[in-house]
Amino acid sequence: MAARKTTSKPNVSAEELKAYYHDMLLIRRFEEKAGQLYGMGLIGGFCHLYIGQEAVVVGLEATAKEGDSRITTYRDHGHMLACGMDPNGVMAELTGREDGYSKGKGGSMHMFSKDKRFYGGHGIVGANVPLGAGLAFADKYKGNDAVTFTYFGDGAANQGQVYETFNMAALWQLPCIFIIENNQYAMGTSQQRSTSSAEIWERGKAFGIPGEAVDGMDVLAVKAAGETAVAHCRAGKGPYILEIKTYRYRGHSMSDPAKYRTREEVQKMRDERDPIEAVRTLLLQGEHATEEDLKAIDKKIKDVVNESAEFAKNSPEPALDELWTDIYATEIPQEA
Amino acid sequence: MATEILMPALSPTMEEGTLAKWLVKEGDTVKSGDIMAEIETDKATMEFEAVDEGVIGKILIEEGTEGVKVNTAIAILLEEGESAEDIDTAKSEPASAPVPANKEQSSETAPAESKTHPEPKVEADTTPDWPEGTKLKQQTVREALRDAMAEEMRRDENVFLMGEEVAEYQGAYKISQGLLDEFGAKRVIDTPITEHGFAGIGVGAAFGGLRPIVEFMTWNFGMQAIDQIINSAAKTLYMSGGQMGAPMVFRGPNGAAARVGAQHSQDYAAWYMQIPGLKVAMPYSASDYKGLMKSAIRDPNPVIFLENEILYGRSFDVPDTDDYTVPFGKARIWREGKDVTIVSFGIGMTYALEAAEKLAADGIDAEVIDLRTLRPMDTASIIKSVQKTNRCVTVEEGWPQGSVGGYISSVLMQQAFDYLDAPVINCTGKDVPMPYAANLEKHALVTTAEVIDAVKTVTYK
Repeated sequence: MAARKTTSKPNVSAEELKAYYHDMLLIRRFEEKAGQLYGMGLIGGFCHLYIGQEAVVVGLEATAKEGDSRITTYRDHGHMLACGMDPNGVMAELTGREDGYSKGKGGSMHMFSKDKRFYGGHGIVGANVPLGAGLAFADKYKGNDAVTFTYFGDGAANQGQVYETFNMAALWQLPCIFIIENNQYAMGTSQQRSTSSAEIWERGKAFGIPGEAVDGMDVLAVKAAGETAVAHCRAGKGPYILEIKTYRYRGHSMSDPAKYRTREEVQKMRDERDPIEAVRTLLLQGEHATEEDLKAIDKKIKDVVNESAEFAKNSPEPALDELWTDIYATEIPQEA
Repeated sequence: MATEILMPALSPTMEEGTLAKWLVKEGDTVKSGDIMAEIETDKATMEFEAVDEGVIGKILIEEGTEGVKVNTAIAILLEEGESAEDIDTAKSEPASAPVPANKEQSSETAPAESKTHPEPKVEADTTPDWPEGTKLKQQTVREALRDAMAEEMRRDENVFLMGEEVAEYQGAYKISQGLLDEFGAKRVIDTPITEHGFAGIGVGAAFGGLRPIVEFMTWNFGMQAIDQIINSAAKTLYMSGGQMGAPMVFRGPNGAAARVGAQHSQDYAAWYMQIPGLKVAMPYSASDYKGLMKSAIRDPNPVIFLENEILYGRSFDVPDTDDYTVPFGKARIWREGKDVTIVSFGIGMTYALEAAEKLAADGIDAEVIDLRTLRPMDTASIIKSVQKTNRCVTVEEGWPQGSVGGYISSVLMQQAFDYLDAPVINCTGKDVPMPYAANLEKHALVTTAEVIDAVKTVTYK
């Protein structure tokens, strides 16, 4: 981890800390369950788990307000849960059922919620970056102070359209936070083998976009950096880049044997840098929560996740008629 | 309660695998994330992690076993306090695959009872574009396009135009002349030369509730942006289960201009016509440019608007009314005739109409149909015409393989076979990149003489 260590912890209440613990653990348990359902053949195709990266999206969602938008790539389950989408609807989409967010027609990589201003779920690496800037463009055009959280990975950071977007976002001062979730591996290729710069966020300097590297295993550090970025964007100063150094514990997708890194490397991150364990320790050592309190949270999450799995198994497959719907709109979907 | 650990599917295509190695033994305690076994899939050797906490009560499948079906119980996991003695005789039969709640019904259609072909259903809309007596004015395609955009920008403040040189330069082909003055820099936006990026920003703005018009200086450059057009604009409505889409227009000149060489002279009609989720217009006359552009801007779907540089300066009659629109999916019959149907669109109409005039002098009475939009395509009007003429020639500047005409031929073969007295002929551009030399370029495009020859072939004259 090259990321700097945040020494000054932001002021955060015990309730907020507990909420981060809850939200991160919900993502982890949900993803573990998704992995299990994949193993049982209930989830098909590609399925990219977010385990290990939970602090990124939870820390940033803590800085969002009503009206803000978010968009990401195909590793999207965590983002959906963190912005308040219903675990039942997400899991039912993973199993390809009619109660899924996209009626079973999108799958793991393509889910959306107009209501939560979650704009996908995109499967083409890098393509969601101009889309995110476009959402920010719409907010600026309408004259509101909303910001767009545009997430992508260290792999996507080598796509040309990312820099086309940086250029226009800076030129037009778009309220867009570019979040590089640097989990160190673009599928199986490490950053060292794929990326000429050690600090990806510094590429923003060429466009006059400020940014910083952040320890993505520390939810409070992520939140603090997010606050800086959000304040910058809301003030009309244009885009901001956060390169969040994180780590995914699982393979790129379910079928990735992950032979490009050692088991020891993964185990070391899990043992020493786990973002959920870190908050758990903070809660207990600060006497903000007891073991019993945390057990109750664990239990509640387990129930929610189990319920989502049951819901997703029992929801019917989409009717065959659904094959032919939603190809053309007859009216414009209403703005949320 | 003891739970069965099942052989997992570890790739999208895995049905069975080899249980290569156990990394735990009976009696071991495992917690979520611990690696329990190595499993060889059809692709690779994968580590298999525990999801639940517990104690390995019994291993049911020995390591080294090949061909273990997905969902077979491979071990039993005990919860705290349970012992291996409690385990019932383990089921090692593969658990039945999850049963989908809806069984897929057979979608095969029953074979036709009789051997005759069903009568094609033809409901062509033949109402004229404007009522008789409508006041008309002469306008170029260029003016009609500009007026259409300006009228819609006055009507809806969420409509904006972005592209290279659209604002201060007044448009590389002067289509946006005057728009910056009227609507200002907020709504008429010069972009850097970065088609992929600004097309994506346009799509994102449409997701966010605006109605972008994205101009490509030519559609050749739009190829840089084709991923955003297809994967982001066309598919999002479907992928989101109808929650959101991209109501917007992508527009610009398409096809060959004059002497600009291979990279600047491609007709994309057939490419975009193929994509569900897109609408595609390729008009010929100024009134259609105007009426279809206004419909395109109002349409809640992404529209591909294929213009033509050579047509920009041509003048046509345009209704001098407040709000003239033309619907998508309605062809226009430019000339009625009984001997042959010539179907074209866009610049192809110049060859079709010229050929029809010359053929009339030879006593061949051609009906000429302008499709105007390729998706949706008014195939009903083509079929209806062919039922009368029994012959059809299609005309386009694009390449022959996978052409628009090829599609029309297949529609006629399937829906109007019994009405055809001759094979359909597709007049297309030649199957070569566009050459620069003037004489070669002329031959690379479709020619009026070729259309005349094709008509004479299908009419056996």
